Amino acid sequence: MEQAIIDAGKYIGAGMACLGMGGAGVGLGSLFGNYLAGAIRNPAAADGQFGRLIFGFAVTEALGIFSLLIALLLIFAV
Amino acid sequence: MAETAGSDTVDPIHQFTIEELFDLGTVGGVEFAFTNSALFMVVTVAVVAAFLILGTSRAALVPGRVQALAEISYEFVANMLRESAGTEGMRFFPFVFSLFMFVLVANVLGLFPYFFTVTSHIIVTAALAFTVILLVIGYGFYRNGIGFLKLFVPHGVPGYLLPLVAAIEVLSFLSRPISLSVRLFANMLAGHITLKVFASFIIMLGAFGAAGWIGAIIPFFMTVALTALEVLVAFLQAYVFAILTCMYLNDALHPSH
Repeated sequence: MEQAIIDAGKYIGAGMACLGMGGAGVGLGSLFGNYLAGAIRNPAAADGQFGRLIFGFAVTEALGIFSLLIALLLIFAV
Repeated sequence: MAETAGSDTVDPIHQFTIEELFDLGTVGGVEFAFTNSALFMVVTVAVVAAFLILGTSRAALVPGRVQALAEISYEFVANMLRESAGTEGMRFFPFVFSLFMFVLVANVLGLFPYFFTVTSHIIVTAALAFTVILLVIGYGFYRNGIGFLKLFVPHGVPGYLLPLVAAIEVLSFLSRPISLSVRLFANMLAGHITLKVFASFIIMLGAFGAAGWIGAIIPFFMTVALTALEVLVAFLQAYVFAILTCMYLNDALHPSH
């Protein structure tokens, strides 16, 4: 009975942890949207900033992956 | 979906288990063994060394394919370091280049079937990240003395806010090794778990006979697409690890905001 409560808590917590990835999605959409808006205005300068775009993508994505990590840890490692 | 005793459940964690290949005895109460993780670290170093040695063995003016690749990887890391840390930062080039190539090849090697992903363990990525941060702190104090602490005092902050801002800056500096290591670890872990789960969908759908195998085409294509994504993530995470290292080294060289 106790184990069932623990398991239920784990899975509910994992589901809640996945909500954090919404924030990462908003951040990434904002990042790429601004890049595209700038690139349409000034296509010649777009390629020069591509490296920064990819770096910004990786650090923003990292926060979403952190929340996925908590969810995976709850399901498989607790 | 957790590790139950049933054999028809998904177990994506088994791929991360450390297996001892042969024992190396006990030193001071700590057991040493050559594990599958150590084996793949050796393979990674061998691949990087072979790539670079073969690439530069015949130093032609007009490079062949391997030499061109070796030169591209050198230029890529050199430009990244020079842009972030300036010409003074180039003294760290061997370190940053080794770091980048090790993380890149370790990530990519993990994508082959049955190969172990070295960077999918927090201990490995934490060791790399803490090496970087200790180098930054050590070199920062060696080169700037106590002036290294100017890093935590941004320009133009009013006096009454200074303690609070300094405390926040110190906390955010201390969070660097954690975020550096967890970013790489979590990306590799999540990627490989997802690959394993989608691959298991193919098998689970196949249990339904002929119609199941036709339906299993969908998770099959998803697995192929995910593998392509994981190759991209492997490159990206190596690049991000290296460029963050370059930025932190720039902080050690020029500690003023």
